[in-house]
Amino acid sequence: MATPSRVVGTAQSRIDGPAKVTGAAKYAAEFTAPDLAHGVVVSSAITKGRITAIDASAAEAVPGVIKVFTHENKPRTAWLDYNYRDQVAPPGSPFRALNGPEIVYGGQPVALVVAETFELARYGATLVKVTYAEDVPNTDLEKNRDAAYVPPKKRSGIKPPPDPRGDAGSAFDGAPIQLRQEYKQPIEHHNPMEPHASTVVYEGESKLTIHDKIQGVNNTQGYVCSVFNLKPDDVRVITPYVGGAFGSGLRPQYQLYLAVSAALDLKRSVRVVLTRDQMFTFGYRPETYQTVALGADKDGRLQALTHDAVAGTSTFEDYQETVVNWSGLLYHCPNVAFDYKLAKIDTYTPSDMRAPGAFTGVFALESAMDELAYATGVDPLELRLRNYAERDEGEGKEFTSKALRAAYEQGAERFGWGKRKAEPRSMRDGRELVGWGMATGVWEAMMQQSSASATLTPDGKLEIACSTADLGTGTYTILAQVGADALGLPLDQVTTRLGDTALPEAPLAGGSWTAASSGAAVQAACRTVAETLFGYARGMANSPLANADFAHVTFADGEIRLQNDPDRKVGIAEAMRAGGAETVAATETVKPSMLTNMRFSAYTHSAVFAEVKVDEELGVVRVTRVVSAIAAGKILNLKTARSQILGGVVMGIGAALEEESMLDHTLGRIMNHNLGEYHVPVNADIHDIEVLFVDEHDDKASPLGVKGLGEIGIVGAAAAVANAVFHATGKRIRELPITIDKIIG
Amino acid sequence: MLSESGTSAPPGTIPVTLTVNGQERRLRVAPWTTLLDLLREELDLTGTKKGCDHGQCGACTVIVDGKRINSCLALAVQKDGATVTTIEGLSIGALHPVQAAFLEHDAFQCGYCTPGQIMSAVALIEEGRARSREEIREHMSGNICRCGAYSNIVDAVEDVLKNKASSFKEAAE
Repeated sequence: MATPSRVVGTAQSRIDGPAKVTGAAKYAAEFTAPDLAHGVVVSSAITKGRITAIDASAAEAVPGVIKVFTHENKPRTAWLDYNYRDQVAPPGSPFRALNGPEIVYGGQPVALVVAETFELARYGATLVKVTYAEDVPNTDLEKNRDAAYVPPKKRSGIKPPPDPRGDAGSAFDGAPIQLRQEYKQPIEHHNPMEPHASTVVYEGESKLTIHDKIQGVNNTQGYVCSVFNLKPDDVRVITPYVGGAFGSGLRPQYQLYLAVSAALDLKRSVRVVLTRDQMFTFGYRPETYQTVALGADKDGRLQALTHDAVAGTSTFEDYQETVVNWSGLLYHCPNVAFDYKLAKIDTYTPSDMRAPGAFTGVFALESAMDELAYATGVDPLELRLRNYAERDEGEGKEFTSKALRAAYEQGAERFGWGKRKAEPRSMRDGRELVGWGMATGVWEAMMQQSSASATLTPDGKLEIACSTADLGTGTYTILAQVGADALGLPLDQVTTRLGDTALPEAPLAGGSWTAASSGAAVQAACRTVAETLFGYARGMANSPLANADFAHVTFADGEIRLQNDPDRKVGIAEAMRAGGAETVAATETVKPSMLTNMRFSAYTHSAVFAEVKVDEELGVVRVTRVVSAIAAGKILNLKTARSQILGGVVMGIGAALEEESMLDHTLGRIMNHNLGEYHVPVNADIHDIEVLFVDEHDDKASPLGVKGLGEIGIVGAAAAVANAVFHATGKRIRELPITIDKIIG
Repeated sequence: MLSESGTSAPPGTIPVTLTVNGQERRLRVAPWTTLLDLLREELDLTGTKKGCDHGQCGACTVIVDGKRINSCLALAVQKDGATVTTIEGLSIGALHPVQAAFLEHDAFQCGYCTPGQIMSAVALIEEGRARSREEIREHMSGNICRCGAYSNIVDAVEDVLKNKASSFKEAAE
């Protein structure tokens, strides 16, 4: 069967768009039930210590307050840590809300007030009196660096640093050019616009329907079943829309645990929504110190590279991400060595945040490469080309594809990089200094096991179904596009259902793997549907396709046609009638190819070019222009793909210039826990961003040839901005975010 | 609300009348109920979103008596007698031009800030204050989009402004 590409690869508006622009799309906190009660969380006022007394009597005396849950009366749940480990839990003891009087981080939930209305629950929460015995919190990562350790247990799915190659120490000592610098990145919070929320609908007899903010409903279902000892058949999780997550919705968060506990205990439906300041009381991108040492010859060719990182984690889990490995991958270098350690602080466990690890590690590497460019007098882009890695030297594998060279060239061309004056502070626009900087980005192209179903009805309508989540990524649309092309249908005949545990299981929507994984599952399911239809068509009396082979037909315009004789054809509806089928449906499961993974490395790449204008007197930085050139295999939807990259670049600009969760180490608490003081980019901060997709044919990374786009847009963006700031000002700032005080200080 | 005797009786309810999306609604609400919570919880108009509840994100933007406001910063009782338009009331049948432009320009991703962005854009266009991309950016900066759709939002608003200008021109001719 040949499936001509009609809608795949074109720019299509989101099929879930009408629901989103009319307010019809329902998010986790927007489902309701006749017996719905509202829960409001009381957060700990201290960071470390224990609760010596908790008095909920005033709250419980309020008419309309149903019950106050604390560690003293919390319902019994599973005993073992094992039961609390969700699909992506790092090694350690997962946090359990209301488990006991101990306080292990600032803002930890200490009570849940459940009431008939939200207002009463919120009021009740102010009346809960908690008395603490306070210990001195330990939240300063710098003070804990000496105690940093190599995590004894590796986090599943996260590659530890690769083995050293050559002898980095002596190669560095012997290199004509030697640079060693430290880079520092702060805690960042995801801050999706939708606060985390769980609406638990009590269906009777311990049967629950849960609407949870999660990047994969199966993770919520598995967690709830395991913690509360329920059967999967009794726990259905339905989350059709997720109001942004960026990694914060990979793991079930404490509002889910609290809402389910309360619903089971009260035998009624309960909704718990976190406040914006409570959005700062769970996972975050960890604070990280990195040291990068580059030894090079006078032409900038790398001879030695070492990359060491120390990142913060909680006292109870060893969160790990891939920070330093990218330095062994991105450039050709014979002598490399890596180190990645953790240090424990009294915070919640960090969590994956857009391009976890890569955002962090590549910022340091690409800042260091820029420093090397100035140290050698080699143009920053030329320096990257001189050190271009043709193969994955860390794992000794070929790449499935790597069109990074084209991304460099086309990005530079579009940006006008050739007109750049090399000297810092050499370009001006009126009172502003102008800087041009660039950086490389990289992210792993992954595929996971996924299932999906396709159901065709005689009216030529196709329904695609899969449990994955569309976080704003465009998944609804791209899966419909894949289905439309597979069966030769117009896109408006295809609908997609997502975010429901009753649908075929997909992995968590993360890691940029959804298009590759669930997209391939849709294609496989549609192929099975096509085969069934073809069987019906061929079996018809006097069938025009009687002796045809499946390989020689094509599906187009609602018909099955012989490729080299399109007049020999059977309509889909006709074939279904002949087969006596009311619908033709198939569910298929796809898996990554182990053989391919053993032989090849699959990565997406980007070349990011940024222009900044810096007010020399005020130190204000504006990112006036960005070109992000992306090599990510096949692009399924030019419109949503471009948006994914735009969003990554915007978050990268935020990280470069604005974002930082500030800990007060005396209190151990985050000071700026709101959107007024935790600055994310607003419209006025964002100027022209151009996205280019370079041609990159890849027949190995995934069956569809796609490599994923969710992460790559942010990787390298912050380094490109930082490098542009150096070019503008001559000031190298190695600590993010690059705020005014650092520029004029 | 602790009384002098130390008891904690919640306040009673207060009547409030609003015209919401063209329909008169008479309700009794607690005095501390925000307009946002009234819309979402009492009237099930969940298109208006709660992103921060502090007037910092703009997700709750609705148009009250012709002005865009953060509905999380208004108590429902303060708005007694007011006319409120939410995203659900913007279009009946066909999409409003701003909704259509958002769809066409992919001016959203997750969709959570979108109703607020659209209500803000509709009001901005009425205000007549945005004549350039720079001004659109400035006057749309009260609405945070964490997905980073800003440049597409500016494209969408600019598109509607241009169409409006050309239809004015046609009408004048």
